[in-house]
Amino acid sequence: MGLAPRPDASVAARPASDHVVSYDPQSQEGWITTRLDMLVNWGRANSLWPMPFGTACCAIEFMASAASRFDLARFGMERMSFSPRQADVLICAGRVPFKLAPVIRRIYQQMPQPKWVISMGACASSGGMFDNYAVVQGIDTIIPVDVYVPGCPPRPEGLMYGIMMLQEKVKRERMSDQSLREEMDPDPASNLYIPPAVIDELSEPFGNSVHQTRSGL
Amino acid sequence: MSAPFTVVHAGHAAPDAPAPRTARQVPHRGGTPNPSAARLQAKFPQQYVRHEVMWGDTTVYVLPERVQDVVRWLHDDAGEQYDYLVDVTAVEYRDVEQPLEVVWHLRSLPYRRFLRLKAQLPKGTPLRVPSVWPIYQGADWLERECFDMFGISFDGHPDLRRILMWEQYREGYPLRKDFPLRGRFSRAEQLRQALSQNPEAKYSMEELTIADAFEDLPLDMRRRLAGGERTGE
Repeated sequence: MGLAPRPDASVAARPASDHVVSYDPQSQEGWITTRLDMLVNWGRANSLWPMPFGTACCAIEFMASAASRFDLARFGMERMSFSPRQADVLICAGRVPFKLAPVIRRIYQQMPQPKWVISMGACASSGGMFDNYAVVQGIDTIIPVDVYVPGCPPRPEGLMYGIMMLQEKVKRERMSDQSLREEMDPDPASNLYIPPAVIDELSEPFGNSVHQTRSGL
Repeated sequence: MSAPFTVVHAGHAAPDAPAPRTARQVPHRGGTPNPSAARLQAKFPQQYVRHEVMWGDTTVYVLPERVQDVVRWLHDDAGEQYDYLVDVTAVEYRDVEQPLEVVWHLRSLPYRRFLRLKAQLPKGTPLRVPSVWPIYQGADWLERECFDMFGISFDGHPDLRRILMWEQYREGYPLRKDFPLRGRFSRAEQLRQALSQNPEAKYSMEELTIADAFEDLPLDMRRRLAGGERTGE
């Protein structure tokens, strides 16, 4: 197991020109950067430290994912970071009321780059069944989101699938792409990342919510 | 050895009273009213409106003006001893002409009695009732919630502010029937207003009856509070 095959004696007997690796900077540009990317991304993807932002029943499923049966430690995520300063990935598990909107925004801004966000469950992703005056209709109206995990609440397998999708995303990142690491600044006037018209469109009711009656007066 | 507190056994003031009935024995309407209702009528004939009994619980309707006196009597009188305020809340009915009702749930542990007190506030009039905070300190947050959700002012409350919604919330009172379910503003506007609050603006000097803990607060917060500022507002 793990034993490298013995070098074949015949290899040494080959002519020396076969061993030479030619390196032409003009035609092979970026070769080193690419390999470093792979190494760094491999390390990042397998040691994501989550910042659990659990507000509702999804947090219970999240705890189940972290416990022994499903064991997030297999993904290098066993170290829950209850401080945003030492976190890589914000997992928003549960509904976010408007009163919590500035809190989650601040937690996201306090996380150091590189950082990612998983929106876990229907409420965090879209407001879920809480299409009312108090609940944010999807945390993507407050902070950028990388992976949405559907479900109400998602089973631990669902969350793990989302985590593996995030790992895939991390593994495809390129250090040369500086835009990935740019800190987004909210619009100073409205304090929003995305235009108000888009937020209104994202928050439009769908499914059964369309048919609900408003208060009759 | 004496206990440092008074032990109140439920029902000790009325040892001959019948045992609590199970739900199946209780009629929907009618039945024996809580004896406090008749005593209350005798004591406050001007304030008393009517009473009704439903599912074994007695509801007494009183006029809102002197609710505090009524509640104080219920709390202090040796024959009542309503020592536990369970809830303060309000109801708005769908019928437009129905008045709003403020509801107090009172329980007397010594007599094993439960009394629901209601005061009706007709729509179109200022929604004001006296606060029962001087009698039950626990009414503080209950009345604040009632104010937050229905806009009912409790006169004499020491710190009547919103409690569930943030203090700069401008859309109105969410549990009123004329309040649209999704709020009055667009989602983007709601979000903009919500994000403009300071998440640390949670403590005020008024709230710091934890003033004992003042020294334990972070230095910057102490400095701001000492200047009379409500942090971040």
